[in-house]
Amino acid sequence: MSSAFTKSAARNIFYGGAVFFFLLLIALTFDTMSQLPKRDNRENLSESVLRGKHIWETRNCIGCHTLFGEGAYFAPELGNVYTRRGPDFIKAWIKGQPTGAPGRRQMPNFNLTEEQLDDMVNFFKYTSEINTSNWPPNIEG
Amino acid sequence: MKYQSQLVAKPYFIAAIGLFLGQILFGLIMGLQYVIGDFLFPEIPFNVARMVHTNLLIVWLLFGFMGAAYYLIPEEAERELFSPKLALVMFWVFLAAGVATILGYLLVPYATLAEWTGNDLLATMGREFLEQPLPTKVGIVVVALAMLFNLSMTVLRGRKTAINLVMLVGLWGLAIFFLFSFYNPGNLVKDKYFWWWIVHLWVEGVWELIMGAMLAFVLIKVTGVDREVIEKWLYVIIAMALITGLIGTGHHYYWIGAPEYWQWWGSVFSALEPIPFFMMTVFAFNMVNRRRREHPNKAAVLWALGTGVMAFLGAGVWGFLHTLAPVNYYTHGSQITAAHGHLAFYGAYVMVVITMISYTMPLMRGRAANSPLAQVVEMWSFWLMTVSMVFITLFLTAAGILQIWLQRISDQPISFMAAQDQVALFYWMREYTGLIFLTGLLLYISSFFIKGKAATAD
Repeated sequence: MSSAFTKSAARNIFYGGAVFFFLLLIALTFDTMSQLPKRDNRENLSESVLRGKHIWETRNCIGCHTLFGEGAYFAPELGNVYTRRGPDFIKAWIKGQPTGAPGRRQMPNFNLTEEQLDDMVNFFKYTSEINTSNWPPNIEG
Repeated sequence: MKYQSQLVAKPYFIAAIGLFLGQILFGLIMGLQYVIGDFLFPEIPFNVARMVHTNLLIVWLLFGFMGAAYYLIPEEAERELFSPKLALVMFWVFLAAGVATILGYLLVPYATLAEWTGNDLLATMGREFLEQPLPTKVGIVVVALAMLFNLSMTVLRGRKTAINLVMLVGLWGLAIFFLFSFYNPGNLVKDKYFWWWIVHLWVEGVWELIMGAMLAFVLIKVTGVDREVIEKWLYVIIAMALITGLIGTGHHYYWIGAPEYWQWWGSVFSALEPIPFFMMTVFAFNMVNRRRREHPNKAAVLWALGTGVMAFLGAGVWGFLHTLAPVNYYTHGSQITAAHGHLAFYGAYVMVVITMISYTMPLMRGRAANSPLAQVVEMWSFWLMTVSMVFITLFLTAAGILQIWLQRISDQPISFMAAQDQVALFYWMREYTGLIFLTGLLLYISSFFIKGKAATAD
């Protein structure tokens, strides 16, 4: 780089740029937070859904599955599983694990109670109603 | 090595390499589970192996960054570390916390671990990469603060250079953004939104400052190029990293419920994110070409050039491949993401930590460079690990393209598991290539035990 462009000029671009764009990120974040109520389905964030989210976290579901495309890529997307499979299938599936089919990927059994299974279903219903800009591209996730 | 207290870096680097080996072994287990689904089930279910794999990566990179900081900051500040004893105590605290956490994952069901460790008081667990129990998270904060205190006091009382200031700003940023790991709202969209303030603002933000400082430090040492030139490059590179990367966070906000304008902000700014990585490549080659000395540690020079190139390929090119919103709509959450993750972490952060280890370890062991034979073995390990990681990335990319086609684009989309069966061939190829990577890593470790007369500049 030419000598007309000094180290202190480079330093100023760094500090100035970092501060400016961080403030821009914060401004956009404030705007995002103000728009979220229209999109994030918070009106259906019931006690049962919150319990469902807690079960989702404490069983480390994200260690195999994705939720809105984030997580591990070992097992199916679950953000839209409520629409793909419906409540009864979800409960029966969780209860029926592991399948024990030789050579197939296995999901542990978490010994969830009937109430906890309902919480999971309610959580998945809640996630399926969040506005994700039409993602995933189709029902298969 | 100019100051005795720089030696505290040594245990940090040794622990880093040990945990790296553990990370790769669990990676191989997961790779096999991709094709032999019930392998090691129920002893080590996939989710446990993955937690161990990713958490070990994060912990050993942190060990690497800390070791690098304890080495380079005294040298740059031209004085002894404020408290070598504190650094050593923190090493043992961090190692104990790390090992206990990994054992917890392996030996206790995750829900029980959550119960034992106070997750019902403050729920922070069960989010990707932030799976650590509450005491571990608190431990990370304590270790980070103690380190920052120690390093900041050293710099305050010593010479302030661009390199030690940038390193310090990067580490402060790392600690501050980690605090978001304690914020876990019930609202899933908010949860995900601020989760990225840790994950993205680390790897595509402040970690780039740390990487830049480490690379600049080693380049000054091995090339003898004027500090003014190198520090000017450093500032320009990290300026570009933050200018593009901060708003580039938006490329994670396309499909998680955030407003749709993020598709524009995220696409435009993250499309520019390869620029700082490309500058790093040019920087490394330019400085080595203009070198004023022949450093006897050729292996360190190779790693420095390698990290420049591979960070650009993995973070820059493979990131750009799927960062534009219309493309990401199809690739999001597929094996393409996994491909990018592997090459980016290896090229940028694994390789820059090894660059630092490669340069400093011989000095801490009392010689300018290792024996020619040890260096040849180390350079073989460079090529084995680097080339195999490129192929792992290519195979995962192939798997990803096929997966996306079958599951998301074709006229008759098939289910996730049916698509996985179709791409199994690529998972097998990835697994075999992983064994070559392991061979490279074992060779790398063995290079530390090769004796012989230290190499001299020719």
